[in-house]
Amino acid sequence: MTLAQKLLSRKAERSNVEPGEFLLLDVDLALANDITAPLAIQKFREYGGKKVFDPEKVVLVPDHFVPNKDIKSAMQVKLLREFAKEQGIKHFYEVGRMGIEHVLLPEEGLVKSGDLVVGADSHTCTYGALGSFATGVGSTDIAGVYLTGKVWLKVPESINVKLQGHLGEFVTAKDVILKIISILGVDGANYKALEFSGPAIYEITMDGRFTISNMAIEAGGKTGLFPVDEITMAYEKERGIEVEPLSADEDAVYWKELTIDLSELEPQVAYPYLPSNAKSVVEAEKERIRVDQVVIGSCTNGRIEDLRLAAQILKGRKVAPGVRCIIIPGSQSVVKQALKEGLVDIFLDSECAFSTPTCGPCLGGHMGILAEGEVAISTTNRNFVGRMGHPKSKVFLASPAVAAASAVRGYIADPRRL
Amino acid sequence: MIIKGKVFIFGDNVNTDEIIPARYLNTSDPAELAKYCMEDARPGFGQRDDIKGGIIVAGENFGCGSSREHAPIAIKAAGISCVIAESFARIFFRNAINIGLPIVELPDTSSFSEGDIVEIDLTQGKVVNVTKGVEHDAKPYPRFLREIVEAGGWLEYCVKSLTKK
Repeated sequence: MTLAQKLLSRKAERSNVEPGEFLLLDVDLALANDITAPLAIQKFREYGGKKVFDPEKVVLVPDHFVPNKDIKSAMQVKLLREFAKEQGIKHFYEVGRMGIEHVLLPEEGLVKSGDLVVGADSHTCTYGALGSFATGVGSTDIAGVYLTGKVWLKVPESINVKLQGHLGEFVTAKDVILKIISILGVDGANYKALEFSGPAIYEITMDGRFTISNMAIEAGGKTGLFPVDEITMAYEKERGIEVEPLSADEDAVYWKELTIDLSELEPQVAYPYLPSNAKSVVEAEKERIRVDQVVIGSCTNGRIEDLRLAAQILKGRKVAPGVRCIIIPGSQSVVKQALKEGLVDIFLDSECAFSTPTCGPCLGGHMGILAEGEVAISTTNRNFVGRMGHPKSKVFLASPAVAAASAVRGYIADPRRL
Repeated sequence: MIIKGKVFIFGDNVNTDEIIPARYLNTSDPAELAKYCMEDARPGFGQRDDIKGGIIVAGENFGCGSSREHAPIAIKAAGISCVIAESFARIFFRNAINIGLPIVELPDTSSFSEGDIVEIDLTQGKVVNVTKGVEHDAKPYPRFLREIVEAGGWLEYCVKSLTKK
């Protein structure tokens, strides 16, 4: 069986499940945020909901428009806050205690291998990095979980992505997933699970695995699964969670297989307006693409290793004139760690702005909206039309290393040639 | 159920940021969302009078991107009666099924033109382009999804079938 089949058959308490089957499953964790929870709460009430199925299994993270960007956003967060209080939901994360949901939940030890996690946020697939079956759903699905504890899912076929070789200097997990998306296309994994395997996965840290799984959805994937190995177990152990190793069977049947040699991979840049438009940074640098703004952060690249990498490049250098570099750590604990390691000093000395955790500009919310005609390079996950602001602005996606190097140069630049 | 309306053409990979840009997501009021339906794909679309009862016809991977249910809600509240596409992104697909926005998959939508009049029989899975005189067979829903649709949406199904102890 594939990892997806194993996880879902275990949840279904059956010896096997087949791709294409529809299952009604008990959810271990149901996540929603300040954009998607208001609809879920409204529908829960509309359909007669009085008490959620299990307040311990409900997580509410206001992270998209917080600290509240306007009155309407403040009203949405107020609704979540009051609902959490009324329902006795302790996993409600207020400003000052929060993080971007997909950075926060693993950090807090709320997600573990074997769990079925559904979130009204497409990047819920991030937790596949821990070997949990985690997938994005809608607000109505979450209302259904509040009412019944259950969700409907179709067992997906899987794509086996084998990683081999070794990552070169300043080549990162972000480059791996941008490459994969460029091969598969933005719908190449629609309705499918991505499963990562091969010897190189043992060289990819937990932070890197989160980055890779996070963007499975950009190829249309239902989730992006890593096997549970020593790296996973060490991460979970720090959070007091004991998990068993888990991987796909040798004879698992995949819908498709592809192999990526990391030794040949160069830093990638995804051009507007699709995350699948990746080119090598070597080519991008030749085009001298001037940038107005650089964003380093998000649920994709807002973890401590990402900030370390950006700081490594920015140390002793200044952001180019005319460029705004905004650094957004993924959680309060990332902020604290960055302070402790002196990374924040490096950023401030380089003349970057350093923000409190928020999704902010990634989805054109606030904290760095682009004007007409402006260009950004960003470590976020989408570069659709209007994603970061004006419909005539442009977003290029890259790793923290490429983003930081571009901040210094003022145009999209190769960190290896700085 | 029979739906008849005028066609509005969109391309491949229409994403949820185009369907309802995040700058309008500080509310979940359907009427408010409807005003900005397809705003970044076709500015002003949601505020046109002639889209009421209309049918969106698109290519592959309609609704890719975010999980925001605001996307199918905006389309439904704008008065669009059905979306026809060659394929739908997974989360958009389940959101549409869950909230009862009719969606139809056809293998090839390239023969449709802006303004064509189309008649859809959702029960029989037939799509007739009345203007062009061509009939298409829709991909049928699996039985489980048909049950959700027939119940009137996922929460109706939940209330009827799952909350009884």
